[in-house]
Amino acid sequence: MPFRPDPKSIAGTDLPVHERTQVLIIGAGPAGLAAALQAASLGRSVILVDENPLSAETMGENVPLHFGGGMTNAVRNRNAMLEAVVESEPAFSEAFDAGIDIRLGTTCWGVYAPGPDVGWLPGPVAGLMDGDRSWMVGAEQIIVAAGRRDMGLSFAGWEKNGVVGITAAVRLAKRYGALQARRAVVLGSSTEALQSALELRDAGVEIAAVIDHVFEPLGSPVLWAQLAAGGTRGLFGYVPREAVGAQESVEAVIASPWRASDSDGAELTIACDTVLLGVGAVPVIELLDSVGCQTVFDGGRGGVVPVLDGAQRTTKVGIFAVGDCAGIWAAKTLDPEIARAEGRRAASQTEQVQAETSGGPTPDFGEYRLRWVQAAVIDSEGAAHVCQCEEVTAHEILEVRPPRYLGWEDLPPASEADPVRRNRRDLHSLLGDSPPHPDQVKRLTRAGMGVCQGRRCREQVAALLALAANVPLESIPAATHRAPVRPMRLNLAALASSESAAMAEHWDTWFGMPSQYVPYWDVPETYTAGERDQDAEVASE
Amino acid sequence: MSLSQSPRGATVAVIGGGATGLSAGWWLAREGVDVVVLDRGIIGWGASGRNGGGCSHHFSPLFVEEQRLWPQMDGLLGYPTEFQAKRIRIAYDEHQLELYGRAVRNAARQGFASTLLDAREVLEMVPLAGEDAVGGYFYDFGGHANPHRTVQAYAWAMQDLGGRVMQHTSVRGFRRAGGRVIGVMTDQGEIECDQVVIAAGPATGRLAAMLDLDVPMVAARAEMIVTEPLPLMPIGGVDGNGLYGRQTLRGNLAYGGGPHEWIEFGEAAGPPSSTPLMANIAGRLARMFPRAAHARIIRSWAGIIENTPDGRPILDKPEATGNVVIATLSSIGFGLSPASGRAICDLVLRGACGFADISSFSLSRFRRLEADWQSLQGWRETVTG
Repeated sequence: MPFRPDPKSIAGTDLPVHERTQVLIIGAGPAGLAAALQAASLGRSVILVDENPLSAETMGENVPLHFGGGMTNAVRNRNAMLEAVVESEPAFSEAFDAGIDIRLGTTCWGVYAPGPDVGWLPGPVAGLMDGDRSWMVGAEQIIVAAGRRDMGLSFAGWEKNGVVGITAAVRLAKRYGALQARRAVVLGSSTEALQSALELRDAGVEIAAVIDHVFEPLGSPVLWAQLAAGGTRGLFGYVPREAVGAQESVEAVIASPWRASDSDGAELTIACDTVLLGVGAVPVIELLDSVGCQTVFDGGRGGVVPVLDGAQRTTKVGIFAVGDCAGIWAAKTLDPEIARAEGRRAASQTEQVQAETSGGPTPDFGEYRLRWVQAAVIDSEGAAHVCQCEEVTAHEILEVRPPRYLGWEDLPPASEADPVRRNRRDLHSLLGDSPPHPDQVKRLTRAGMGVCQGRRCREQVAALLALAANVPLESIPAATHRAPVRPMRLNLAALASSESAAMAEHWDTWFGMPSQYVPYWDVPETYTAGERDQDAEVASE
Repeated sequence: MSLSQSPRGATVAVIGGGATGLSAGWWLAREGVDVVVLDRGIIGWGASGRNGGGCSHHFSPLFVEEQRLWPQMDGLLGYPTEFQAKRIRIAYDEHQLELYGRAVRNAARQGFASTLLDAREVLEMVPLAGEDAVGGYFYDFGGHANPHRTVQAYAWAMQDLGGRVMQHTSVRGFRRAGGRVIGVMTDQGEIECDQVVIAAGPATGRLAAMLDLDVPMVAARAEMIVTEPLPLMPIGGVDGNGLYGRQTLRGNLAYGGGPHEWIEFGEAAGPPSSTPLMANIAGRLARMFPRAAHARIIRSWAGIIENTPDGRPILDKPEATGNVVIATLSSIGFGLSPASGRAICDLVLRGACGFADISSFSLSRFRRLEADWQSLQGWRETVTG
């Protein structure tokens, strides 16, 4: 008898897609554009999507970057922003001329691919959305060029408007022309931070100071010399204590020498309207991780990065990663040609012939970020929320405290009358012999479960767990990413629904087995497949 | 716990740190039994941490005990489960209303009350519901709890009573003597034991096969989504329109449903893959709660769940192996876990469940099962010959 797949499952069906292309490229930075031009030159059909210009609402929620309220009201004018984004990138016109289907203001919220535990996808697919539509695209090749974002760092006042990720600030300044900052203090001195600071200075922002816990700049001395020559003050061996200002605004940052430093300076107050978070440029791997590409922590490549071969292939067939999301290091930051070459290799699927020269020693970002969290978050013994969405402090994360909405904090110790006790567990009770898992801590404390989808606290939580367990950052498992990688309205997501009439008919059945819901008093003594009831209608319970 | 203190023996070894295995461990520890729960990864990492959290299983012989225990669980465990009593199911057509009515009849037979709601009453009780709901049911029983918190509560409560958890411990085999299991071989060494419980979710069949027990099951994927927090509804345990789920105490809408896919269960390194089914669930949820249609999804996920051929649990201590309890709840395990753990504890200590008739959960009901049942049911194509 021929095999007939369970009609109540999705076996034997293929996900319908709304459009197809040979190559889908996500992100129109240098790497994504180079990939698009290369693919087009090979005669392949190309869709290139980029989510800029973002809506003001999305920016307001610090998605996908830590905008920190640092944008002007101009971002509310969508047409003007669209124009600004188009004009900010001369290569767009080259891409238009090459026949590339460029879609701005279009976000990829999920990439999916078949695998051992997913059969119903015919190949790689991506979910896209713009302001009022969402749909699925099938592609032979998906090249993710999702760029970088900024690691969060919690200190008193970091929730204020004006504490802005440095990548977000550069985005606002260079692509939108909508950055508020006039006078800024930069936290961090990696090559990435220093280069961004120089770009902002070129855009008219005064860079008052660079603060770092290390004693000399972590990144390129050449870049630091350029900043210093322009009057930027270097506060090395210092950490930010507080961003102060009336109500929600920033008027100054207070810096103090870190305990581990031998600088005997006193606290300093530096007037500024903006504090730029530059302590870590983080590869944006959310699409890659959520589709199941293998990742690895590499302190020399910016943190958790996809595992890639010489042609930028991930471990998922048809999915590629290029540009900053494939790894960030100083030489690549200084020379965008490296990212472009990655894009071209991915598009032509050719292996790299010769390894890039690194352009000098690469700092270990793992150790550097651990020290930042130690200095700014733990040693300050403050009560800043590491997870701003769910309002969870470092202390609460390390004690694995149940969230405040349960009112658990106020309960008296257990008594016979009221046996419900306060949680008196800490991280070590979760550990056993193994490293702590951020997802487990997330489930219990809710740190990372909010609307910003963990973007502002993910690296901090990993560092806190590493410090508490006294292990290197790379031994902490990476918290998982899940689609949708942008907060997405239910009624917008619903537009991509594939619910057919056949699917609707069997929808209400959990696993489609009438026998599962037969009350126990009616269950026959034995069960066989041949005698089973296939037709009774049941609802999942 | 340091390596030097790792357990190397226990009276009872429970394989599987999901809701079922941990509840069993907790009940055993309450009885003073020296118990260790083994998990190949982190506790609650399988379907126990990925489900809808519902606690209203009127068709099960464990239903009455489920209903008795849940309202007490925070106090019994000493840690929060976020259990919230009561439930409402909303129907958006007469067909759904009819389907949902069976639960009410089953519950009534066991002494639990419910009320048929008309469309107006649905709107009064469920602020997010739509004008076009045709009606629904209010269950004066059941409810929902937070799976993550509950699984951890079981583990901590068991540890408080002297039980032990070994995470990141994979079972490689068993040592047997005189027809009984006397040790569980793991990648962390051997755990000597007098009794074994296999409550390993989709891995239960594979582990049982190491003891020459045929425990038929196939794994499948199911998916859920969660939105940003919304203002709390008076009763969070609201579902229907083909969805299961709840509004969490934080205010998020966490719902799942839709077609499953039977898969080959492998011990994959990463979390289970989710699919674009997210969009379908979103459509169903936006229709069920039109006043929340603008709420934003912030995560979706998948769980891998095992099912027996009839979709019903196996809670049994087969004669062939003497001191081994097989425990699979067949895709409906979380809500029943307070009661299933107690039933497993009874099976271990007394050889039979003392508070409910679980004879319909016996493994022997499959004694006439066809060898190619997976093919016959269209779940997996099996090669015979």
